[in-house]
Amino acid sequence: MAENNRAVLQLKEKFAASIINVVEFRGEVTVTVKKDAIIEILSFLKQSLQYNLLTDLTAVDYLGRKEERFMLVYLLYSIPNKDRLRIKTPVAEADCSIPSATQVWRTANWLEREVFDLFGITFENHPDLRRILMKDDWVGHPLRKDYPLQGPDREPYKGRLS
Amino acid sequence: MATTETMTLNMGPQHPSTHGVLRLVLELDGEVITKITPHIGYLHRGVEKLSEHRTYHQILPLTDRLDYLAPMSNNLGYILAVEKLMAVEVPERAETIRIIMTELTRLESHLVWIACHALDIGAMTVFIYAFRERETVMEIYELISGARMTSNFYRVGGLSQDVPDEFVKKVSDFIDVMPGYLDQYEGLLTTNPIWLKRTVGNGVISAEDAIDFGITGPALRGSGVDWDLRRDNPYSGYEKYQFKVPVGENCDTFDRYKVRLIEMREACKIVRQGLDRLKPGPVLADYPQVCYPPKENVYNSIEGLIHHFKIASEGFPAPEGEVYQGIEAPKGELGFYIVSDGGNKPERLRIRPPSFVNLQAIEKMAKGSMIADLVAVIGTLDIVLGEIDR
Repeated sequence: MAENNRAVLQLKEKFAASIINVVEFRGEVTVTVKKDAIIEILSFLKQSLQYNLLTDLTAVDYLGRKEERFMLVYLLYSIPNKDRLRIKTPVAEADCSIPSATQVWRTANWLEREVFDLFGITFENHPDLRRILMKDDWVGHPLRKDYPLQGPDREPYKGRLS
Repeated sequence: MATTETMTLNMGPQHPSTHGVLRLVLELDGEVITKITPHIGYLHRGVEKLSEHRTYHQILPLTDRLDYLAPMSNNLGYILAVEKLMAVEVPERAETIRIIMTELTRLESHLVWIACHALDIGAMTVFIYAFRERETVMEIYELISGARMTSNFYRVGGLSQDVPDEFVKKVSDFIDVMPGYLDQYEGLLTTNPIWLKRTVGNGVISAEDAIDFGITGPALRGSGVDWDLRRDNPYSGYEKYQFKVPVGENCDTFDRYKVRLIEMREACKIVRQGLDRLKPGPVLADYPQVCYPPKENVYNSIEGLIHHFKIASEGFPAPEGEVYQGIEAPKGELGFYIVSDGGNKPERLRIRPPSFVNLQAIEKMAKGSMIADLVAVIGTLDIVLGEIDR
């Protein structure tokens, strides 16, 4: 259960004020935390709880569904303990930036560049924040929900996609 | 007084040894590399964006085209993520056939790796031999799915159809001869002085750095980290199979080569165990809200036809929530992260591509070496651009 998860217990003790909620679904534990404590929490998880591998870092756009539009998702894995933990943090559209996790894991470099490229979220103190999949002079961020599927300035597709 | 300056050299995107459309901008001091700037995205097709506009069944064909050298591994990762979200139980026969095909896919992917890696370093013969064996795997693909690369064979809840009768004999014959062929490749490479000179001590990355860069799969095991998702977080019934996880010591290209060769031998053993476990039975779960009906019902009854039509056109609504499923793909950890809002299409589908994350370490591994050694590093990382760019 989520309440007995080793990381959740420790996080509740150390960062009680920063935890928004803890959810368990299909055996996977997700902890949502506040943005200002994110680097502290990630460093703590890496150094004290052996979550040494940053498997993935991505974002979700909840346009019109949630108060804070974006959700950053960090997927951690502990090679010594063989377990996973998901940390999420909301990012508002008005203040579309978050501290970079590159100081904790070097993996974060390209993963953050991808989020910057496709969602337009900026990462503070990132060593090399450039577009990665789209070309440098591309306008817009394709994975945002208000970015049309067929691309900008094109006649919308009239047929069915499903 | 003579002055020296560095030279900038562009490599790719059309370059035979960058394995696709990878472009590297190299900063050179003589022939020594001082800086590598990779440029990717030439093959970006927006798979993640497209997936948000398709039903769960319709996304499957897109996954074939990620790592096109290992289509059934991609299919498995995606299908397992959807099955986790929908809580579908898969029949034993379907699970066994999936494992047989996924391990054959690992063999196929590693065969292309050894072929291209050896060719890049100058061993043409291995290339010809490995592609000859790969052809047999392609024939098995064609036999069961009708396609050689874009297999689209698995379905949520099982398989699209049962395998034909000649499947077992064909697979069995192949894995009987495969270890002999592996001996042949080893005979050509393992003690070959040129091969040793080019691979021993090349592309060294310590276990600590490898984890910090997020490297997974054979490249991580080559650096001495004993970690394999099939054994440590089993999925799709891998806990019922016995196999060894090879681990390297010297963190170099030669150790990664040895790790992958042993993995190929182990894959043959897993396929053999799978064939022994194969019993007759259904290949699709009995879960009509989610799964397609068997084909004979579609052709012979009006109810079956309506059922098929409904699943194909509307799909199925998934419960609200989010799941992540990582599998040990031939190139590393391939993960699918699905966020569902309760509709019949995912709110967000994120693909965690192993090649993308592994490629990031290229500068760490090849800085300070010669251009020819960089080619060996690209080969040993075993990247596929379809997966990096998505």
